[in-house]
Amino acid sequence: MSIVSIENLWFKYRGSDNWVLRDVSLKVDRGEFIVITGRSGCGKTTLCRCFNGLIPHFYEGELKGSITVAGLDVTETPVSRMASIVGMVFQNPSSQLFMLTVERDVAFGPENLGVPRDEILRRIDWALNMLGISDLRFRAPHELSGGQQQRVAIAAILAMQPQIIVLDEPTAYLDPYTSLSIFNLLKDLNSKLGLTVILVEHKLELASSLADRIIVMDEGRIVVEDDPREVFMKDLSVYGVKPPSIPRLFLKLMSHGFRFKRVPLTVEEAAEIFREVHLKVDRS
Amino acid sequence: MLSFLEVFRFRRRDSPLHRLDPRVKALYLLVMSVISIVYYSLAAMFMIFVSTIPLIAVAKVYREWIRSLRGALFLASMIVFINMLAGYLSGGFSLTMEVVSYAFSMGLRFLAFTSVFSIFFLTTTPEDLSLALEKLGVPYDYCFAFTSAIRFVPDLALEIQTVIDAQRSRGLELEKGNIIRRIRNYIPILIPVFIRSFTRSIELAEAMEARGYGASEKRTSIYELYMKRSDYTIASILLCILALSILLRIYANWY
Amino acid sequence: MIEVRNVYFTYPGGVEALRNVNLTIDRGEFTAIMGENGAGKTTLIKMFNGLLKPSRGCVLVDGIDTREASVAELSRKVGIVFQNPEHQLFAETIEEEIAFALRNFGFPEDEIARRIDSILRFTGLEKYKGSSPFMLSGGEKKRLALASILVFDPDYLVLDEPTIGQDPEQKDKLLQFLVEVNRRGKTVIMVTHDVEFVAECKPRVILMRRGEIIADGSADKILADEDLMRSTSLLPPQISVFASKLNLHRPGCTILNVDDAFRILVGLYVGG
Repeated sequence: MSIVSIENLWFKYRGSDNWVLRDVSLKVDRGEFIVITGRSGCGKTTLCRCFNGLIPHFYEGELKGSITVAGLDVTETPVSRMASIVGMVFQNPSSQLFMLTVERDVAFGPENLGVPRDEILRRIDWALNMLGISDLRFRAPHELSGGQQQRVAIAAILAMQPQIIVLDEPTAYLDPYTSLSIFNLLKDLNSKLGLTVILVEHKLELASSLADRIIVMDEGRIVVEDDPREVFMKDLSVYGVKPPSIPRLFLKLMSHGFRFKRVPLTVEEAAEIFREVHLKVDRS
Repeated sequence: MLSFLEVFRFRRRDSPLHRLDPRVKALYLLVMSVISIVYYSLAAMFMIFVSTIPLIAVAKVYREWIRSLRGALFLASMIVFINMLAGYLSGGFSLTMEVVSYAFSMGLRFLAFTSVFSIFFLTTTPEDLSLALEKLGVPYDYCFAFTSAIRFVPDLALEIQTVIDAQRSRGLELEKGNIIRRIRNYIPILIPVFIRSFTRSIELAEAMEARGYGASEKRTSIYELYMKRSDYTIASILLCILALSILLRIYANWY
Repeated sequence: MIEVRNVYFTYPGGVEALRNVNLTIDRGEFTAIMGENGAGKTTLIKMFNGLLKPSRGCVLVDGIDTREASVAELSRKVGIVFQNPEHQLFAETIEEEIAFALRNFGFPEDEIARRIDSILRFTGLEKYKGSSPFMLSGGEKKRLALASILVFDPDYLVLDEPTIGQDPEQKDKLLQFLVEVNRRGKTVIMVTHDVEFVAECKPRVILMRRGEIIADGSADKILADEDLMRSTSLLPPQISVFASKLNLHRPGCTILNVDDAFRILVGLYVGG
């Protein structure tokens, strides 16, 4: 059952001659973890804005095709209504926290939706707990680190109990360890809560092993869409995408005559594959 | 000059004034402001100013209050000087007792205002302040604008510093040159700051929409402000003072 | 040479950002300053051009004490490219934007014109000469910021998080660019937490944590040390972790990137 169904979508921003999205068709199943990648300007951010209605309601322009999310026609549904179904986390941690305390920020979304007071308080407890930031409850956003701020942003989205969470390069400003913890957190939410995750990222090193599917975009089109291991076997350099170092290494070895059962994604997989090869070589 | 603005920053203390409902404090602000405007004699201004002193003591913010007054003193003396100058020039180049007395009472009025406002801001958190606005019935759009403006002040300050650093690293010297050159030198600072603020407001608007702003007509709020008996008592006292002052002004011609 | 001697720095709010930092960077070096967010990396580089003066200790740039020179004087030698280009763009045209530093430093007009053309070519921005800087894409703005510093030929080029927000293609180009700039004799110092980027170019690495330098040496020695890296919120390059698992590291021959691993593995299974 597809929770997101985009068919033959074309979009150009108002005042522009360029189509930023060209004939995009995409289906996302409930509970999937999708990573979208591609060079700067390929249309990833524009596509993100289509999931929750920012396009075409906030960013006006010409739209052709259809966008259906959780059974709703996004082009006919106001963003505020979509917000209870699709939550969105942006790149800049501090621009999405507007209140004077973490508690008020997490409450903001449910308050907007008219959720009763007691229910909101319960959701705040739950969301802060899920993200391990209960101790930050009364802190001011500007006192927090980037990683903490992004966690607050995610908690604020969770409190709205959406079915889908879309994140546009959420770790752009974060250091590697913090980035990894955010990705692991997302994977956790995906498996524990069945939350559908759509993540736009360049840091494929850390994110690709968590994805069910990787989607590569180029010049407004989806050019590659597959299981991560399959995706990295293709030549992505023409799209400005670089596979993570482990698959890259194995692809290079393969092009020099090495033969492997499959291309690994993680260090563990790679080590395992190599141990098998090593054994084979020994025997001969 | 900057120490004058320090007045407007909350200080956490354990005092009855800190515990007072922010709406009652807002009422205090309103009542004292009205009285300060309706009355204009030197004696009245002096009484208003002095009346704030015990409150400052109760709120335990004496040191901050003194600092704010020191900052305000400059502006107050400017006010006195300008009023005296105006009175001198328009009164046929003579300095009467009346003109001097009026000028000083204007200066003292400014100090009284500073004192009253400092009581309010030193004892009320920005959160309480924005809550008070909401509960007083100010439309949420304006409350939100107010709260987020306060929220972004530290970010803005940091950004201004970063822009200054970046431009100084390109050889911009802010301390050099005559007054015209110095003003021009601020253009490379102001433009990026303005643009960043503009960009940030769009990011903010986007994020707000994405969190359902405007989804429901009936917006709930997790915070409640409860007026205690002491709050009602003080509010009544304030209203009596206001009524009395106005009556005395009108009917007994006190000024 | 930049010398940092026993430097302590505390911000006015009371936060101690640098503690007993000692460091020497020679001319012509290629150095990466790495560490978690908040480790003091940006504070340290602001010491190099005098934006911040040490609370204790001193910083010498080519023998000049930064406490005794103006920021403008020091910036002429130490060019800092800050993280977000939007914090500096203000001019009507790209030409004006690049000319800004040159005018501030008192370059003659004819030289200014020459230098602008040259740097626009070098950074691939010639076609934008008369356009507004605000029309550029994010990546192009970063290039413009870099151009506006390089144009006045500082001896030391310092970059604060140059890879943030860049896609892999842009990063590769940046890498080649910095290597070339360094080859031409410029000292390149970059503050970064992009481990994979550093694993490709293998500069000298200075690792910071909570205001202190906890390691200073070759990329080979430092990047492969998992515990050390994790202590400052960094992850070792994946290739390096892979090599550790297979016991492939040898003294003097650490494996950090794909090329390293490829060479070693081919050597093991084909050559040997």
